Formats: sequence, structure tokens, C-alpha cells
Amino acid sequence: MSVAETSDDLRARQDTRPQAAAPLLDVDDLHTQFSTARGIVRAVEGVSFTVDRGEVVAIVGESGSGKSVTALSIMRLLPRLTGKIPKGRIMFDGRSLLDLDDEQMRQIRGRDISMIFQEPMTSLNPILTIGLQIKEPLQIHLGMTDSEAQARSIELLQLVGITDPERRLDQYPHQFSGGMRQRVMIAIGLACNPKLIIADEPTTALDVTIQAQILELMKDLSRRLDIALVIITHNLGVVARYADRVIVMYAARVAEQGPADAVFHRPRHPYSMGLLRSVPRLDRPRGGKLETIEGLPPNLADASTACRFAPRCPFRVAVCDREPPLFRTDTGSLSRCHRHEEIAAGKITWSSDGGAGLNFAANTTVPVLSVRHLTKSFATSGGLRRAGGTVRAVQDVSFDIYPGETLGLVGESGCGKTTVGRLILRLEEPTAGEIHFEGVNLSTASPAELKAMRRKVQVIFQDPYSSLNPRMTVGQIIGEPLHVYKIVDGRDQVETRVAELLENVGLRPEMAERYPHQLSGGQRQRVGIARALAMEPSFIVCDEAVSALDVSIQGQIINLLEELQRKFGLAFLFIAHDLAVVRHISARVVVMYFGRIMEVADRDVIYGGSLHPYTKVLLDAAPVPDPTIERQREPRLIKGELPSHLAPPTGCVFSTRCPQVSQECREIVPPLEEKRPGHFAACIKV
Amino acid sequence: MLRYTVNRVLLMIPTLLGVAVLVFFLLRVVPGDIVEIKLRGDGGSVTQETIDMERKRLGLDRPLLTQFGGWMVGMATLDFGNSMWTERPVVTEIAGRLELSLQVAIMATVVAVLLAIPMGTMAALFRDSWIDYTVRILTIGGLSIPSFWFGMLIMLTLLALFNWLPPITFTPIYVDPIANLTQLIWPALAVGYRYCAVVARMIRSSLLEVMNEDYIRTARAKGVYERLVIARHALRNALLPAITVIGLEFTFLIGGLVVTEQVFNLNGIGQLFVQSVSRNDFTLIQGMVMLIAAFYVFVNLAIDLLYAVFDPRIRYNA
Repeated sequence: MSVAETSDDLRARQDTRPQAAAPLLDVDDLHTQFSTARGIVRAVEGVSFTVDRGEVVAIVGESGSGKSVTALSIMRLLPRLTGKIPKGRIMFDGRSLLDLDDEQMRQIRGRDISMIFQEPMTSLNPILTIGLQIKEPLQIHLGMTDSEAQARSIELLQLVGITDPERRLDQYPHQFSGGMRQRVMIAIGLACNPKLIIADEPTTALDVTIQAQILELMKDLSRRLDIALVIITHNLGVVARYADRVIVMYAARVAEQGPADAVFHRPRHPYSMGLLRSVPRLDRPRGGKLETIEGLPPNLADASTACRFAPRCPFRVAVCDREPPLFRTDTGSLSRCHRHEEIAAGKITWSSDGGAGLNFAANTTVPVLSVRHLTKSFATSGGLRRAGGTVRAVQDVSFDIYPGETLGLVGESGCGKTTVGRLILRLEEPTAGEIHFEGVNLSTASPAELKAMRRKVQVIFQDPYSSLNPRMTVGQIIGEPLHVYKIVDGRDQVETRVAELLENVGLRPEMAERYPHQLSGGQRQRVGIARALAMEPSFIVCDEAVSALDVSIQGQIINLLEELQRKFGLAFLFIAHDLAVVRHISARVVVMYFGRIMEVADRDVIYGGSLHPYTKVLLDAAPVPDPTIERQREPRLIKGELPSHLAPPTGCVFSTRCPQVSQECREIVPPLEEKRPGHFAACIKV
Repeated sequence: MLRYTVNRVLLMIPTLLGVAVLVFFLLRVVPGDIVEIKLRGDGGSVTQETIDMERKRLGLDRPLLTQFGGWMVGMATLDFGNSMWTERPVVTEIAGRLELSLQVAIMATVVAVLLAIPMGTMAALFRDSWIDYTVRILTIGGLSIPSFWFGMLIMLTLLALFNWLPPITFTPIYVDPIANLTQLIWPALAVGYRYCAVVARMIRSSLLEVMNEDYIRTARAKGVYERLVIARHALRNALLPAITVIGLEFTFLIGGLVVTEQVFNLNGIGQLFVQSVSRNDFTLIQGMVMLIAAFYVFVNLAIDLLYAVFDPRIRYNA
């Protein structure tokens, strides 16, 4: 091909090709294995699906379900030594990918099939310029000269919405934000006009407003340039908004696959049914207890001839001991369930025991925790080129939490929500403002009062993998505070208490002997909760306590937290970025942006009648797991990214991105005012 | 970048000052006296009067702070004083030996780095193959065999096979390169083996780590040639930690070749060190410690600046 072709020429050339009836990508009976120290792990077993030209297909599943491995198998990017495809066929555009040699496959990668990865922060080479990384595939695959590649790179950066592309090309990845890096990754993916882009969790690491921008961009580009898109995700909302067809994977196999409407509205596999029910949703009235899928996914190192989902399935019967084939169902989807006809006939429904789980109404007017005008600044040291300054991570934050209440604290990364949690825990000293806990001002408290407070205020961290000491057993982790605070005396007593605490969080007492690495993510988070409970606290800071967990496990943990709250009358500060989760668990919600509170109100007010433009944008950007709703609404996207802390906006902090901004907003810092009874907002426009 | 460099250079002053204070006062605490050794060392009987006079002549009778002040003033004017033993200027004493030590260190570095990069890279790329095992056995040998023992082995081999030993007098390389190299290549190899082993293992492990990075997967997903993936994407990142090791090993060679120099009968810095310490030659010891400390500080600065050249994250943020 001539190097002078522009992207339009390339596209035209492809369009003149007769539209083959064969799908673009045809994966047939794919098996992928890894050899590990614990034996062969069958990561993908008998997965088959097709992708047509220009189609958007989503692969959903929880961690370990084999969705990413499927993608890497198609790209033939499995680890050389351990990964192996013993069986299966992958046809792409008339060629059998598994029969190509390495050189032929290399020519396809980046040219005909591109891949976008989950972590924009680590997926770009930190020591090479963005320009070089975009030009690389252009020069390798299309033989462009440096100046041609430069011109095309500028065009690509414009296409993905990066301003000032000439200058940006000479910069390095660390000079870009996460969202911007993902745009660069997309630009690299689009560089050679591929026929297929595989996006592996492309927005999981991004904030919800940035996620919406990136997904809109990808969908728009795929439609305009007629590129087929395979999106791999665990987020059902993302699937509902963008996918034509859905493949639900569970434990290395396809559980159900079919048109998005069919799978979302009339699921024909108990796992899809359960998954859809266990997500807290923004589009439905908040129910009581979350539905959950009990138990844990199976260990893929164990071979099995039974239905993989049977151990967790509430509808299992004798026949489930045999592996079901993929049945064609009444909705046109394929389901790997023996009882799909009964599901279709409505004979099997996921039982609902709603009603429970509502928050305590605050029956006292004395708050357990009261925060007034809290401010925290960090000094930044001068770097090579810039002078030092102060970063105001939290500014003038005030709120109350009442006994037995859950206060939700939402906001995007960098909004200061975690800092607020750390200030309350006294892990950081506030720069200004006061924190009163059970009537004691913590700034002036005596060491004895602080010690008492540390016992009653506990924390549950986000990452259950790194927040437990790997060299201590579960029993030692939970028992340690019992010794330190002499809550119980004697070894036997500690053991009894640990067993009791484990039972409280739904773990068997034998777990006390185990080490953290022997537990699953959900089990570890339960240990974290038991450790917090050991101190008999009255208030717990939950810092993104469920965000690292899979959907079905997340539901279990949320239910556990609510149950414990009822049982022990705990108050929670629930810090999270997931709006639906916050809505489910909170009685009142605080919305933060760039260190300041934007809006505070009762949950139903925030989610039903929010006043602040930022809250509206935030709610709008979050996709809900319903394709019909998602297709009808046009998401109001907000432009731009979080402002820099080194050059904070004047006036209202949201003024740089606000759709309703006026000159006045750039001059006045809006105070947090009670606009309606119990409903506070910091905006001069409402 | 310039401001950063200037800052770093200025920071060297307090560092070296700290070294000066430490070495000066620690030497005074250590028992032993140069005058005693000089005059009575051979068992001869010398009157106390003579000793006191000699003390006075060397200035050792003055108060400690005065001595220290005098030394500092001298250093500030680049006058490091005279050796208390030979009476020759410290600078002259050191210069003759430094030439040899520096050359051995540079040769060892070149040999080690040139061997270590391909060895470490191949071992990482063909992990758990016979190549990797060979490299791992060779390098673990380099780490566990002391350089002086390996040096003796070299000498014995030369003697046994060729009935020849390298010359023992130092000829500067600009006078007679052949004579110079036939003498110094052997100690360079002896210490270079250990050096090479350290660097090769560093490169191997950091390359293994880098090959698992997401951006390597991205490069492959772009269809970049495998050779380019390794040379451009992987190796450049993997060499960063190796730079530190190379620099630290290099400075170590300048000051630390005491035993190896004995084996090859080299008149280098190490020998001078041992001699001057056994004679309690205060001015010479002080001068050498200051020299080696300055060397360490400079090499560390060079490493940091090199890092900034290779890693844009440091260049723009620090």
C-alpha cells in the first residue's frame, strides 16, 4: 500500500471490499491453559463467539472468569512459557490466527487488531515520548516516514480530543492525566485503522465523568470508522450503554450470550440473573437488602464435569452434575443452563427477601461525630522547574454523623474524600477546623481521651490485599487489638472472642489459622471488618471498602456491613466513588469536588432532586445496567478534567467544568447554604 | 535542571565537611603516634626531648582545634599538607598511586559492563534455559569468590601455562601501552569478574521485572518487532537500576583494592592506605579519605544526573 494514503483513503479502500457474510472474528471452542506450580489452570474452556464488522460486543464477568485471557488468546499475547492454547480455532478476516507464525501474527497486531488495556497509568512506556509511542505502529506497519507519521499522530490526537497535539507529542506519559493517557492509548489503537479493537476494562481505572467521556469517544469512533469493538468489563452499566451483544462468562466458560436487550431484560441463566440483581442500581427504587450470589467462584485448577455454577446456584438439581451445553433459548440467546426453559416459563425466579436493610432513622439529635470547617493543606516541595506551594486537599468541610447512621461521601479521585477520612482517624493533623467525637474536641483532647477515641473509631480499607499483614494469621490480626487494648484477658479468652468475631462476619472459626494469601478478596475484606469490630467501635470509616471486590462479593459485604450496623448500632462514614453503592447504603450523602463540599442532603433527595450542577453531571455520567434506558438518554458529558491543585480555579472550584458557569462563578467562592430544609448546596445558581 | 545540578553541587560542601570532621577527630582518638613509630619503631632509643621536638615540628603539640583549623584553611586553598612520614606533599603521594588505581577501576568497569549487559539480557530473555543457568552459575561464582583469590588463581595459571608473570613496575599507559596493559589487565579481570557478576544479576532481575510491565505488553500489542521491544522498550528501563550499581562499584574500586593490590604487587591507593594507617600518617590518611569521599559524592551526583537523562519523570518532576 502506498504510504501517502490518508485515513480516509484507507477507509474507502476497505469499504469497497464486498461485505463478506462471514463474521470478522470467529472464536470457536477456545481452550486456554496456564501451567502453574499448583498444576494446570484451565482459564478458558470451550468459549465460542463471533464479532461482525462494526459491531460492539461486550464480554462481562468477574475476576478470574477468563474474559481477559480470551482477549490475550486472540492477540496471541499469552505468557510464552506458561500459557498454551491446546484446542480451538480463531478465524479473523479469513485467516486462522492460531496457525500463523510469530511474524505473521506480529503483522496483524496493531495493524488489523488493536488492544487497549485497563491501566492507562502503566500501559505506556514512561521513558519514551508519547509521539514515539504513537508513531511506532505507523512506521512499522505502514512504512511511514517520520514526517508522515508525525502528521498522522497529530491527526490522531485531535481525533481522540487532545488539544495542542504538536506540543503534546513531545511530552512523556507522566505529564498526562489518567484519562488523557487512555485517550493516547486509543489513539495508538486507532493508528493503523484496525478492523477490530479489543478494549480490556478500558475505563475501570478512571473516574466516572472521565469514563463517560472515554466510552462515548470509543463508541463514536467505532461507529464513524466502522471498527468492531470488543469491550471486556465487569461493569454492567457500561455494557448496557454500549454493547450490541453480550457474552457473560463465568469460571472459564460462557454462561450466557446473546443480544444485549435479551440478556439484560430476560436473562436465561441463573448467573446472569443473579449478577443483574446483585448490583445496586441508580435506576430503580432503593430496595432493602441487596440480592447476592452466595459462595465463591470455583478453583480453576480443579477439573470438573459438573455445571461450574452449580455450587452457588439456588436452582441446582440432580442434572446439574453434568456440564450443560449451550442451549438456544426463547430470547435468541445461548444459555449454559439445563433449566433455561423453566427460567423462560417463569417457573424459576430469584427469590427476594427485601424490606430489611434500611438505615436507622437518627433517633437522637446528638451527633456521634461532628466536623467543623475542616481544612488540610499539604506543602509541595519545589521541583526542578517549579517553586514549592501549598495544595489544599480539603477546604472548609463540615458535617455531622449521628449514631447508627451511614453518611455517604462521594466524589472523584483527588476530591479529598480519603483525606477527610484520614483526618477523622487522626492519621493526619488538620491544618484548621475541629473534629468532635462523642463531644470531645480531638484537637485539644488529652492523650488518654485520644486513646479512647482511637478504640471507638475504626477503619476498613479499600484494598484487602495490601492492608492485612501477610506474615500474621487471621487470628493474630484480629487478636492483636484485643491484646493491645486489653479488651479481653488471657489466651483462651482472646481465642473465643476471635472466633465470635469471625462468626459475626460470616467466616468459620477455623479461618483464624489461615494466612491472608490463603483467602479470597471477599474473605479478606471480612477479616478487615472483624478486625475493626474487635475494638467494639461506635464509628467506622469505610474507605472504598467494597470497590476492589467483584459484583457478587460486593453485595455480600454491603449486606454484612448493614447487618452489623443494625446489630451494634454503628455509625459509618462510607467513602466511595460508586454512586449506586453509596445510594444503597447511605442515609445522607455528601458530594465533594476538589476539596470542597458541593452538596449535602438525604439520600433520596440527592438521587431524586439534586440541586448542584456537579451532582447532576456525576449522576448522569454513571451508566445503569439497563440497555433500554441507556439507549434513550443522551448523556450530558462534561468537558475537561479535574483542575490542577497547583493552579486551583478562582471562585467556585467547579467553574472550569460547570455547564451553567457564568463570570460571577469565577469570582465568588459559593458558600454551602441550606437551600431547602436539610438540603445544602454550594452554588450561586440554585 | 541547571538549578538542580547547582543545588546538588552546593550540597556536597556540608557532606564533605562532615567527613572532614569525622576523619580528623576519629584519627586523634585512635591510639598510636606517628612520632613514636617514626623514631622508636626500629627499637632504637630516643630521648623524650627529641620526640617532643619532632612533635612540635609537625605541629602535633598545638590544640586540636587549631590543628583542625589549619587543615581546613589549607584545604580551602588546595594545600593538603605534607605527609608526616615522607615529608613529600600529600598530593604528590596520592597522584602517583591514583593513576594506577583509576586505570584499574576504569578497565574493570569497561570489561564488566560490556560483559554484563549481554549476559544479564540473555539470561532474562531465555529464563530457565541453559543460557540462564550458565549465567547464573558464573555470576554466583563472581559474587562468592573473593577477588584476591581469583587474582592468585590468575597468577598461578599464568605461571603454570606460560612460565611468565606480569611486570611489577608500573609504566603509565602513555609511555608504553603494551607494558602497561600486560601489568594491569590481570587485576582488572580479577576485580572485574565480581563487578560483572553484580551488574549482570542486577540487569537480569530488573529486565525480568520490566518484561512483565504493562507497557511491554502494549508494545507487543502494537506489533512492534520483538527485537525493538527489548532494545527500546525493555532494556532502556531495565538499565536504570544498573546505573546505580555500576557507579557504586566503581567508587568501591578506587578505595577498596587493598588485598588485590597486594596479590598483584601493585603500588596503588590501597597499598598507600595500609601503609599510612600503620604509620599513623595523619595528613596523608586525611587527604586520602577526603579524596575517596569526594569521589563517592561526585559519582553519586553523576548517577543522579544520568538518571535524569534516561528517565523523563525525574527530569521534569524531581
